[in-house]
Amino acid sequence: MNLNLLEQAMIGISIGGAYALIAIGYTLVYGILRLINFAHGDIFMMAGYFMIFCASILPIYVAIPITIIETCILGVLIEKVAYKPLREAPRMSIMISAIGVSYLLQNLATYLFTAIPIQYPRIEFLKTPITLFGVLTNLANIITPIIAILLVLFLIWILKNTKVGLSMRAVSRDYEAASLMGVKINKTISWTFIIGSSLAAIGSILYFSNRSAVFPYSGSLPGLKCFVAAVFGGIGSIPGALIGGFFIGICENLIKSAGYSTFSDAFTFVVLIIMLLFRPTGLFGEKLIEKV
Amino acid sequence: MLNKNKLINIIFATIIIAVSVLILVYLDIHEKSFRYEISIINKALVYAVIALSMNIAIGFTGLFSLGQAGFLAIGAYVTAILTISPEDKISVYYVDGVANFLQNIQFSPVVAILIGGLSAAIVASILGFPVLRLKSDYLAIATLGFAEIIRAVIATPQLNLPGLKINMNRITNGSFGLKNIPNFKSSLECFIYCLICIVLMIFIIKSTIGRDFRAVREDEIAAQSVGINIFKTKELSFIISSFFTGIGGGLLAMYLRSIESKTFSINLTYEILLMVVLGGIGSISGSIVGSFLVNVGKEVLRFCDTPQNIFGIQIPIFRTGFRMVIYSILLMIIVLFFRKGIMGGKEISPKEISKFLKRTVDKFNMFINRIKKKKGEIR
Repeated sequence: MNLNLLEQAMIGISIGGAYALIAIGYTLVYGILRLINFAHGDIFMMAGYFMIFCASILPIYVAIPITIIETCILGVLIEKVAYKPLREAPRMSIMISAIGVSYLLQNLATYLFTAIPIQYPRIEFLKTPITLFGVLTNLANIITPIIAILLVLFLIWILKNTKVGLSMRAVSRDYEAASLMGVKINKTISWTFIIGSSLAAIGSILYFSNRSAVFPYSGSLPGLKCFVAAVFGGIGSIPGALIGGFFIGICENLIKSAGYSTFSDAFTFVVLIIMLLFRPTGLFGEKLIEKV
Repeated sequence: MLNKNKLINIIFATIIIAVSVLILVYLDIHEKSFRYEISIINKALVYAVIALSMNIAIGFTGLFSLGQAGFLAIGAYVTAILTISPEDKISVYYVDGVANFLQNIQFSPVVAILIGGLSAAIVASILGFPVLRLKSDYLAIATLGFAEIIRAVIATPQLNLPGLKINMNRITNGSFGLKNIPNFKSSLECFIYCLICIVLMIFIIKSTIGRDFRAVREDEIAAQSVGINIFKTKELSFIISSFFTGIGGGLLAMYLRSIESKTFSINLTYEILLMVVLGGIGSISGSIVGSFLVNVGKEVLRFCDTPQNIFGIQIPIFRTGFRMVIYSILLMIIVLFFRKGIMGGKEISPKEISKFLKRTVDKFNMFINRIKKKKGEIR
């Protein structure tokens, strides 16, 4: 029983790592555009399909970087086509546009790749069996949280020490003032989408390599869960997204192991509603004062 | 107390209703040859009710609530459970059998749909207290989460709450879904139900309550300063919207005849939202037009799903799923370039139509004049 619990917790940590990587994409975009990018979960799903097709032609070690690049292109393309024309529009229309993009990507995936789940390529390196604390798992489970933490540290370094990071922080603090100070808004937003999409691509590789198959709707629920993770940690905060991702991943698996698997999805949203009631800004979020 | 304008509007509405009734009676008499058309019309009518109820919250009060699928599920399941005949219940609940207290219950559809709407409204009133304090996108996510929770509760075989054990299989039939829900007797019956709902909603929107809703939508602080209780108004709008969504769910269950928890996924909410956006956020006739356009348009686009031959050459892009791609691209074009939708917050009324006609005639005259001038120049 105890061993089982440990095993479930380990799987939870692994899924949590992948969730954290996706949640960062939500947090970054929300911080800058004040938009829930509903299409982010579907970008994650498309990354799964890109990987399948790249890996069928190319060796794995070439396929991984190409998948990441393709996902970045998709993310930036979505931003340029669907969000940029609506920059001055009310927030509701840009959110509806995001929902429309998500709908389009799902239908496009159904059309191009059919609704039948497609086998995900087996990455031998990640499947290496490892015994840790007497539990037999594979390398993917161990390596996911480590990669997530390393990437978060790297991202924080980018935000603190590079010009792109500085402009991202400036835009998220005050959109108009930043543009007056000479920050190129559109370039900064493109960079945000590049970073978010590449993290989603890495998250997708780690997530699907433990899951065997991709289908057109496999992105929508993880996408929403990751948004909840981002809200839980405090939207706009990168360490918050990491902790939120781990929390959601672990809790979900513990609930599954307790025999309530139908409720593991609903639980995420219960967490969200409770969190929004007592601490609407999340664990690490800053309090925003609405100006008249 | 009727002024001229109102009288014209009422006459106009009566004419539209009378014409639709005549068409429907004709279709009902020739039911055998028009089964396909009747089914599309019924579907569009039911979705018009649902889209309009969503528009009350989103368009008229500015509450970006995405919980429609949850309220639809409540309305649909309550209606279904209350209308399936006791004989059918035995075969429907083939897994665990039906709960004892539901065994011999059967209401007429009207009562069942009303109970469905009321249960949705009660749930909404409880949910509203915590959720309506949230601002736009947080509200959207929280209500979306609520819809997911409802779906999980319906689909779960066994509900184990502390101190309370409910066998959901015996109530909602878990993930197996409900079948043999009595259908509308005729398309006229469906039309009458939908018409009553739509007229009621129009009355609410046009009343002082509706004006409060719009005041809150335009500017919360200004509305507060003229003595409107923001929270009460939002709660009322949320409850009214959910009540009619629940009724719409009941109608949807009767239209579909069989429902399961998967029917009420997030995508259902998105689909209704897109109908509202297509027709125009904050337009009553827009929602109805949007519903008809989407439902008829989807059928018209059906040719995209089958291989097409042009001049004997098979075009490879026409295969299953292409219809939905075209449909979603069209929607994106509307969202991006015609942000206000087809109606753009206006209504179909004789006044607007005459304005529109006048404008077109003017444009046409200008066009003719320009051509005449050009001809003169050439001479």
